[in-house]
Amino acid sequence: MTRRSCVAVVLAIAAVLPWLATPYQVTVLSFIGLYSMVALGLVLLTGVAGLISFGQAAFVGIGAYAAAYLSVALQWGAAATLLAAVAASSVCALCIGRLTLSMGGHYLSLATLAWGISVYYALGQIPALGGFNGLGGIPPLMLAGVSFASEVPMYYLILGCLCVGLVLVRNLLDSRPGRAIRALRSGAVLPESFGADTLRLKVAAFAVAAALAGVSGWLHAYMQRFVNPTPFGLNMGIEYLFMAVIGGVGSIFGAVAGAALVTVLKQQLQDWLPGLLGQAGNFEIVVFGALMLFVLARATGGVWPLLSRCMPAAPPMDTGALAGTALVPAQHGNGPDGEGAALLSVAGVVKRFGGLTAVDSVSFDVRAGEVVALLGPNGAGKSTMFNLVSGNLTPSAGEIRMRGRRIDGLRSREIAALGLARTFQHVKLAGDMSALENVAMGAYLRGRSGLLGAMLRLNRAEEAALRQTAARQLARCGLSECVTELAANLPLGRQRTLEVARALCADPALLLLDEPAAGLRHAEKDELARLLGQLRDEGVTILIVDHDMEFIMKIADRLVVMRFGQKIADGDPGDVRRDPVVQEAYLGA
Amino acid sequence: MDAGTFQFLLQDGITSGAVYVLLAMALVMVFTVTRIVMVPQGEFVVFSVLTVAAFQQGLAPRLAWIVVGAALVATAMELAQRWIARDAAGLAGRLLALLALPLAAAALAVWAVDQSSPYAWQCVGAIALVTTLGPPVYRIAFRPLAGASPLVLLIAAIALHFLLVGLGLFAFGPEGSRLPGFTFEGPRIGDFRVSAQTVVVVAASAMLIGAMLLFFGQTLAGKALRATAVSRTGARLVGISPDSAGELSLTLAALVGAVSGVLIGPATTLYYDSGFILGLKGFVGAIFGGLAGYALAATGALGVGLLEAFASFWASAYKEIIVFTLIVPVLMWRALVDPHVDEEAA
Repeated sequence: MTRRSCVAVVLAIAAVLPWLATPYQVTVLSFIGLYSMVALGLVLLTGVAGLISFGQAAFVGIGAYAAAYLSVALQWGAAATLLAAVAASSVCALCIGRLTLSMGGHYLSLATLAWGISVYYALGQIPALGGFNGLGGIPPLMLAGVSFASEVPMYYLILGCLCVGLVLVRNLLDSRPGRAIRALRSGAVLPESFGADTLRLKVAAFAVAAALAGVSGWLHAYMQRFVNPTPFGLNMGIEYLFMAVIGGVGSIFGAVAGAALVTVLKQQLQDWLPGLLGQAGNFEIVVFGALMLFVLARATGGVWPLLSRCMPAAPPMDTGALAGTALVPAQHGNGPDGEGAALLSVAGVVKRFGGLTAVDSVSFDVRAGEVVALLGPNGAGKSTMFNLVSGNLTPSAGEIRMRGRRIDGLRSREIAALGLARTFQHVKLAGDMSALENVAMGAYLRGRSGLLGAMLRLNRAEEAALRQTAARQLARCGLSECVTELAANLPLGRQRTLEVARALCADPALLLLDEPAAGLRHAEKDELARLLGQLRDEGVTILIVDHDMEFIMKIADRLVVMRFGQKIADGDPGDVRRDPVVQEAYLGA
Repeated sequence: MDAGTFQFLLQDGITSGAVYVLLAMALVMVFTVTRIVMVPQGEFVVFSVLTVAAFQQGLAPRLAWIVVGAALVATAMELAQRWIARDAAGLAGRLLALLALPLAAAALAVWAVDQSSPYAWQCVGAIALVTTLGPPVYRIAFRPLAGASPLVLLIAAIALHFLLVGLGLFAFGPEGSRLPGFTFEGPRIGDFRVSAQTVVVVAASAMLIGAMLLFFGQTLAGKALRATAVSRTGARLVGISPDSAGELSLTLAALVGAVSGVLIGPATTLYYDSGFILGLKGFVGAIFGGLAGYALAATGALGVGLLEAFASFWASAYKEIIVFTLIVPVLMWRALVDPHVDEEAA
């Protein structure tokens, strides 16, 4: 049985369930569907983008109240209230995200805590919304002449909405913006280096999660035909998070598994715990608290990975289908500059950290088509110099120009857009993504498709071209046989090569390599040197930082040597090697 | 607003603000040492109040059973881990903190304190009980997550909060309690008589803050906590165990919470689930200092108390909204103060 037919069977079971269940059980199933949609948003936020929100229940509440108020007070139709519910919840999320996300992840979580409480109290205080007594008399849902007044049609509508939500999120994750969002979890440096605006992506992911919650709230309002603040309080917000974490934030199906498990467990516990303890009360929260602590400590992936082990593996990616598709248009290449023009020029650059001058008026040029190596013993200021060029640090004085444009002070994503691509000394790959997807990330700036286009699959042509381009670069770097392999499963040497392929995928004017040979075994170093030599012969301009003299001598056209933050030599490898000052720096003679 | 109302609100704000200051300082301490946002801090407050109330009403202190249960679970976890690792080094000290002290506090609460005991002794019994909850709670909830990212620790703290609230409902029932007030006459300032409650709260908070400063400034254990706050790896390299530092900071937080409870108990009726909102108010204060600076956190927490008092006069229904919406401008202000650093996920 394939994975596809597994999904079909699960869907078929979900479709026939209402005929086997009592009306009460159908309602419970509907609630599982509603909760799944909210938890799905949290999977996107927490599992994919590495952000945590405790305020999703508040977004559900905003969606529900938008539907309730507009349909009761203003007699809006269902389609109009749906749009309003989605718009209201996602606009709120955009505002909150914009305000808090620039400060790093845990401020968003904290802000959503306060947001969750405030919305609950606000809903309870506004007289037009019925205060804590709530708002009733919501008309039964009519869409395109079909009535969803009773339990079973409502259940099917919710199931349909959930399926649409799952498909949209899956499409998003398997796309250009989706790959960048998936890279966010390991920090902002990597996605910024290939040109993604991480703040915008985080805010966008937050807004998509809120929109899913808004739809869930809209359905909730029409299903109950009554809204009050209680189901939208902070406790429910935390429960949504529990569902996502217990189910498994690593997969979109974890949201459904978690919502089902928590809802059913809650029902059961509410039935027999008070009897067991001889006292009335919500004692199920003790069990959920303990269960969460256990999941966090012992089963970080949640329940879904255990379930999915019983399912057939996903079919291997069909790479043959890529052959013959068009490539994305070239981006920078060696540009109009032509061989020999100064591509990068560093002039009198100084970088001070407090009293320490890490880089002291260093100047050098990298000309188009040239491989320049920046050498020096430990502590010479090479890495600082590298970070100044890549935009991760700003110089204290001096100028850095690329193709004549000043780039000092620009952000790394802006420099990436000018045609610079880099690798990292400590390999930064999205380990749970395939080699091909990792490489395709490098082509981020060569695609145009946005979030909505990705969700609706309007990006297929571009997506195929991006994948084909990535496959080309993998082949160029000799990694054709690892296309579908997860990046985390590759040995270090191949991971470094993969980073080179990812950088090449941006079609850069200048390739920046940060200690590519560090930690490699001898054979791996030779292989890397061969690849870089091949790139040099193809005319790629490279600036490489390393301290392995032997490795560098094989590939560099020119050496720039630094010591104690100052440039001590610049020239032909042979000459530099014979330079007494350089020899002293290296050998301490 | 006349001068009398103003003075009354000011006093009210300072009184609750002083308690929020204690909570905020405990939150900052736990966060800097362990990276845990101690959401259940308020539960310590509520547990202590409701235990004193149980003594007053002549009921059995059922918190003692929770303490014994937590101690047994923590001890079992510790022994299991030691057995697997075949490691018995320093086990006696661990058993003292995880088992002996909680059991002793439970025995004290069950057999040495009752309805006829003096009020102060009842408070001591409750504070001892809550404080000894610290080590087992750390062992059960946070020790297995050592090295996890702050976000995972935050989820764990929230889970622990759920767990403790549920246990609180089991131990104390749904009814709220309020402690008897302090009965002496407060001093006069002009023609305004300061209430006994204010005098006690402000004096006790000041003493407790002073004690914390002395502890951090003068004792080896305090300095070890500060060192851990600066760098966990660095602390480990000079022989400080981040785990014992975490456990100690959580125990201190429990102590501060328990004392705050005795202080705030006469001012307001507390229920088993009131702790969360209390802790969050201390937390809004702590955010002022970016969860790292004690002085700013204390100022912020005092500000929260005052804002709450004046908000309850002008817009009583919106009191909670105003206090929690305050977090947004505070966060924006922090954004301007803190240069943005990209945190790398662990």
